[in-house]
Amino acid sequence: MLAAGKLQAQTDCLACHGDKTMQDAAGHSIAVDGKTFSDSMHGGLGCNACHADIKDYPHPEHIAAVDCKTCHADQAAALMGSVHASAKDHPCTSCHGDAHSIFPKTDARSAVYPLNVPKTCGTCHSTDGMAQKHGLPSVYPNYMDSIHGSALSKEGLLVAANCQSCHGSHGILSHTNPKSPTYKANVPKTCGSCHARIDADYEQGAHGHAVATGNLKAPVCTDCHTAHAILQPTESAFRMQSTPICGSCHKDKLSTYRDTFHSQLGSLGGYVETARCWDCHGAHEIHGAKDPRSPIAPANLVVTCGKCHAGANLSFVQYQPHANAHDRKLNPALFYVRLFMNLLLASVLTFFVIHTVLWLVRSRFDQVKSRSVKGGDNA
Amino acid sequence: MPDTIQEPLPAATTTAAPATGRFIRRFTREQRYLHAVLFSTFLGLAGTGLPLRFSESIWARGLAGAVGGFGAILYFHKFCALVLSVAFLIHVKEIFTRGFARREKGIFWGPTSMVGNWKDVKDLLGHMRWMIGLGPKPKFERYAYWEKFDYWAVFWGMIVIGFSGYAMWFAPFFAHFLPGWALNAALVIHSEEGLLAILFIFSIHFVNTHLRPDSFPMDMVIFTGVESEEEFKHKRPMEYARMVKEGKLEQRLGEAPASWFVNFARIIGFTAIFIGLTLLVLTLTAYFK
Repeated sequence: MLAAGKLQAQTDCLACHGDKTMQDAAGHSIAVDGKTFSDSMHGGLGCNACHADIKDYPHPEHIAAVDCKTCHADQAAALMGSVHASAKDHPCTSCHGDAHSIFPKTDARSAVYPLNVPKTCGTCHSTDGMAQKHGLPSVYPNYMDSIHGSALSKEGLLVAANCQSCHGSHGILSHTNPKSPTYKANVPKTCGSCHARIDADYEQGAHGHAVATGNLKAPVCTDCHTAHAILQPTESAFRMQSTPICGSCHKDKLSTYRDTFHSQLGSLGGYVETARCWDCHGAHEIHGAKDPRSPIAPANLVVTCGKCHAGANLSFVQYQPHANAHDRKLNPALFYVRLFMNLLLASVLTFFVIHTVLWLVRSRFDQVKSRSVKGGDNA
Repeated sequence: MPDTIQEPLPAATTTAAPATGRFIRRFTREQRYLHAVLFSTFLGLAGTGLPLRFSESIWARGLAGAVGGFGAILYFHKFCALVLSVAFLIHVKEIFTRGFARREKGIFWGPTSMVGNWKDVKDLLGHMRWMIGLGPKPKFERYAYWEKFDYWAVFWGMIVIGFSGYAMWFAPFFAHFLPGWALNAALVIHSEEGLLAILFIFSIHFVNTHLRPDSFPMDMVIFTGVESEEEFKHKRPMEYARMVKEGKLEQRLGEAPASWFVNFARIIGFTAIFIGLTLLVLTLTAYFK
């Protein structure tokens, strides 16, 4: 036991708290591993640098909660302005881990080391996690299956985007807040902080222009790639899911695309080769067909179609990938071809259905009559 | 219906022992093979074409998977198309050889020809009058008008579906002589004509030829090549009378089909009808969804 008096150093406290079995009256552990603590970020500090209300021994039974903001005022201020503002639900330790074993974020032992961040955030933002009680979606499994998640968890790629790369750390804001890096208008810049070339292309294109001029109906990165479950764009799953996304705005184009062979074969699942929207229109730097930079500008069609159709020529590219057989003004020839085929189908079937039904009834009538006259089947 | 001619109806199938025990040849071996190639490739084309035509329907992916996956579906479709094209060309060559080289009578005109004539118009009208009880049943010749329609529907369908199909398959090549909109029209024509063929064969042809009471459940003559004298006389009285008059009935006598072959043909035939009716139901559900 210590002698009563001033506490000077960790060793004084660890004389008691170094005992791994030490508990308070409520049964919570109040043990501290001296070795880990001295290795940690705060290992050079005396215990009462944080537990400031303890000055003498014996100290009171109940001591004040440690307030990190005494030193980390900037982070605490950012946190207070964030979605995690409520200190009761989100104490610093919920992300940084045990207060006596806090390591710098460059240290693999840290809960906020890049490779550990998803797991740390996932503690709440996962299936059955705390976040779901607040009506927030479970994003951790989506992220872990994504191209970012697998780069991080499988390859240990430190530069792979983790949660805080996009959302920030202490000052996380809702995506509805215009200051948030995940606010729709800010998403291109956020993704562009790694994907610089694609961001530059995007900004040049029609969607980028629209978003830059305040039209938030235009898609940003996450509208096509999703936010968390981002797939490799060459994957068949991505190619299957994205056409309806373009079609959610370009409805007339989707419905005319649906009438084509490209869609018919593509809809059967996973057939990677058939043309989807961006195979012809481009993905990030999209321009209208009249813009000479567009892959669907008349002068570029032979090259664009030729990516799949070897031998595509000027006549071949007159094919209309969005022809509307129901529009007489736009596609008169196709309109009348369809009309003729429909009339042929309807008239042939109508005539023969009537013919066959009448025939069936009459034959059966004769058959029954003939059998009854002659004494049935065994006559 | 006092003026209706009541003839004794034959037993439902050709295998029931006929009263005379004689069988009359109707189709040659080549014609039976042609029909077999035609219906098996047609089922293949329908089974692989329908998932594409109705690719948004709930069963399209499943059916595509059953055929061998979305990747295999086009290869299978094209394979069946090639086989059917070859069979079609052999048939056309046969017609030309018989009609022009050998100057065989009855290919392009006369009672044994597939070409329509005035009697077919009269038979159609007379048959419909008979159906509603207003006249006697027409006496049909070798090929009745609905059989000629079946034949020419398939003939026209082969050219239309085949040409539009090859135009899509070799689009960059066909684009040398076709305008751009024709490539759009090719799919419309191909899928509508294909749909017509599927609906027609799997409902009208099945019933007219196989499922109607005179032939129920299946007219085996296309498999065995022969039918009983009674059935022949009942179904084609005009041809029968002509054979008797010309004294050619004896030449047309054929052997009774072996029972194993009849059973084998039944299994094949019923399988084809089952597949066809299944595809018909799927088509209708997708069409009227």
